[in-house]
Amino acid sequence: MRKYGLSLATAAMIAVGGSALIGSAAQAAGGGAHPPQPDYSFTGMFGSFDRAELQRGLQVYTGVCAACHGLDLVRFRELEALGYSEDQIKAFAATYSVEDGPNEDGDMYDRPGEPKDRFPAPFPNVQAAAASNGGKAPPDLSLIVKNRAHGLGSIGLNFVDMLKGGEFATGAAYVSALLGHGYVEEPTMADKMSCLAANPGESHEAYEARLEEFEVPAGGHFNKWFPGCAIKMPNPLYEDAVEYADGTPATPEQMAHDVSVFLTWASEPTLEARKEMGIKALLFLIVFTGILIAVKRNIWRNVKKA
Amino acid sequence: MSNHAAPDFKNPVIRWVDSRLPVFSYVYAEYGVFPMPKNLNYFWNFGALAAVVLVTMILTGIMLAMQYTPHVDMAFNSVERIMRDVNYGWLLRYIHMNGASMFFITVYIHVYRGMYYGSYKAPRELLWILGVVILVLMMATAFMGYVLPWGQMSFWGATVITNLFSAFPGIGDAIVTWLWGGFSVDNPTLNRFFALHYLLPFVIFAVVALHVVALHVVKSNNPTGVEPRGPQDTVPFHPYFTAKDSVGLGVFLIVFAFFVFFAPNYMGHPDNYIPADPLVTPPHIVPEWYFLPFYAILRSFVDGWWPYEVVFGWWASAKLAGVLAMFGSLLVLAVLPWLDTSKVRSCRYRPMYKWAVILFLIDFVILGWVGGKPAEEPYVTIAQGATMYYFFHFLILTPLIGWIERPKPLPASISESVLQKSAAK
Ligand code: HEC
Ligand code: HEM
Repeated sequence: MRKYGLSLATAAMIAVGGSALIGSAAQAAGGGAHPPQPDYSFTGMFGSFDRAELQRGLQVYTGVCAACHGLDLVRFRELEALGYSEDQIKAFAATYSVEDGPNEDGDMYDRPGEPKDRFPAPFPNVQAAAASNGGKAPPDLSLIVKNRAHGLGSIGLNFVDMLKGGEFATGAAYVSALLGHGYVEEPTMADKMSCLAANPGESHEAYEARLEEFEVPAGGHFNKWFPGCAIKMPNPLYEDAVEYADGTPATPEQMAHDVSVFLTWASEPTLEARKEMGIKALLFLIVFTGILIAVKRNIWRNVKKA
Repeated sequence: MSNHAAPDFKNPVIRWVDSRLPVFSYVYAEYGVFPMPKNLNYFWNFGALAAVVLVTMILTGIMLAMQYTPHVDMAFNSVERIMRDVNYGWLLRYIHMNGASMFFITVYIHVYRGMYYGSYKAPRELLWILGVVILVLMMATAFMGYVLPWGQMSFWGATVITNLFSAFPGIGDAIVTWLWGGFSVDNPTLNRFFALHYLLPFVIFAVVALHVVALHVVKSNNPTGVEPRGPQDTVPFHPYFTAKDSVGLGVFLIVFAFFVFFAPNYMGHPDNYIPADPLVTPPHIVPEWYFLPFYAILRSFVDGWWPYEVVFGWWASAKLAGVLAMFGSLLVLAVLPWLDTSKVRSCRYRPMYKWAVILFLIDFVILGWVGGKPAEEPYVTIAQGATMYYFFHFLILTPLIGWIERPKPLPASISESVLQKSAAK
């Protein structure tokens, strides 16, 4: 028994040590604070998407964000996962016009969208996108939730969150906060502190003075969750910016939340299939390992070991 | 190799094949009746686990390669296509991605096991050195694999690491241009990294084969570090270790599956989901976690740090010194058999060195932790202290303790140690 205790203790030490070792800092760029973390239905081992949130989120994306942001990696037919029928998707796709070709005469032509098409990009190229947006191209949103998640990569620090199945929910929280309550007309010191961190070695006075003096440059907008505080995206959400098909009141917070869920799905459309398979795989492995332990004990029963 | 006579195979086909190509006799001798010390603990599972991960990496890798496009304009999207459109592509990719981390976890534990129980000592020096060669090859493979999805960390990690070679005086810049196949990390770089990433795992496989051949000549060490004295100290590989390794495999697969299905991006960096952009430098460029200890050693060498000034300052730039120290930190592992002056293998009977080896583990963990921090105080000082300790452990402490330590009395045999223990209970 003593030996098992010792081995266990060592294994635990290596595990803890390892996780601290892995505790690399994927430091959140720029800002000092992280936005609050709402409860999302897709976290945890049994988590799944809320279809109503997804559908409302799609409405926000198409009604507001799509004017500036692409969703390159998503095809219309994938919207089936949101709970739409094939006919609904065909009809929805047909509301878009897609460039195709060349035809027999060698000309490009426009046709109505089909389920196999991807969401068309709002601008023909990055330069055009930047030119229409004050010099900064709006990023494609297909992977925004995954690539803005601050938890990923900071392995030691987020061990508990990892065990709870947090995954990239911090990325969704960021998108939701950025749009839902990030824009502030008259920022306080606390607002500025959340998006402008102190520099290493900077004195408290110097930091406060820097915050005091901070002005949003022309063409920018103050957003307390955007690293550096000044974002080129004007606040896209206002009361009733979309009219929800299910009658939910469209407050900016509600729309920001819904679109953050929709964009999480867009980042990882296979999330539900993965978790479902994971539960089965784990159950199988646990039972199977139990059997292996029994077999092993039976085989070793006559061997005197330390 | 063991000298058991081949069994009398009943099946005529097996007999026919075996008398012409003795594969069945080989498996029988090396994995059937092969004598294993009976007192091995579960740390002896990790070699087998690493082998399973290697095979898993090769299989998932080949399937990924069937769908992957090594071109700067298409690589990122081809990986996303695997994630979204290829049937179970997400599963393949997440197994491969987390498999790389699992590979390093198993191998690091495997190596540390060897350090603690003195498995590197005669007659196992070559076995140990082959292991270090595998570790180096794994690092090269994982580094190049990480470049393939062509995200921001792929690109900038590749840029930072390949640039290290420019530290070599005179020929440095030429080496870097040659590695890149051009004047920056670009399409030719991606192509050659893909070619090499496909090749190296098979080289690893071959070195692993040599590692196993060497193992079966010198046989396994054990927690007492005392060689088996006869059949009372050993059990045949099958069924005893097939059963015990299976238990370890089961537990390991549970951990592996947890990451693949419930936290597949936990050990990765979110920036790698942003397509590579040579015009936008990420605020912190960090390598994958398994490189962090070595990255910390690399970055410790800065102008004005006295160990640098004393050892290298008069002949090498700080950058070159960092590169040499980083390679040196692996080389020093390879020569450990000759740095350790003690005749006793296992730390169980080495009251002083035991603590040194435990402190070394803590030091390695600290190195990994600071390796992920930005290059600012207090991290720089911590990294420098930990780097010094790393080399101090191998170059000074290890030979010194071997000379001054009084080991505890060794048991006459494995069986005796087992009896002593059960009597003490
Ligand atoms: C008028 C055009 C416009 C609209 C409409 C718009 N955005 Fe943006 N968005 C931008 C621009 C421009 C940027 C780049 C801002 C910068 O980097 O300064 C941006 C950046 C972003 C970012 C990235 C912030 C970061 O961390 O870099 C997110 C997330 C985002 N937008 C989400 C949305 C969502 C969700 C909607 C719909 C509710 C939306 N945007 C609507 C123009 C727009
Ligand atoms: C020694 C074993 C191996 C190791 C340690 C290894 C490591 C890695 C790593 C770290 C990545 C990046 C994962 C990511 O972030 O997406 C990767 C990607 C990749 N590897 Fe491997 N690999 C191994 C074997 C192989 C083999 C044998 C092949 C195929 C011949 C292969 C093909 C690929 C491909 C196509 C990718 C890009 C797709 C992707 O990013 O998922 N690998 N590898």
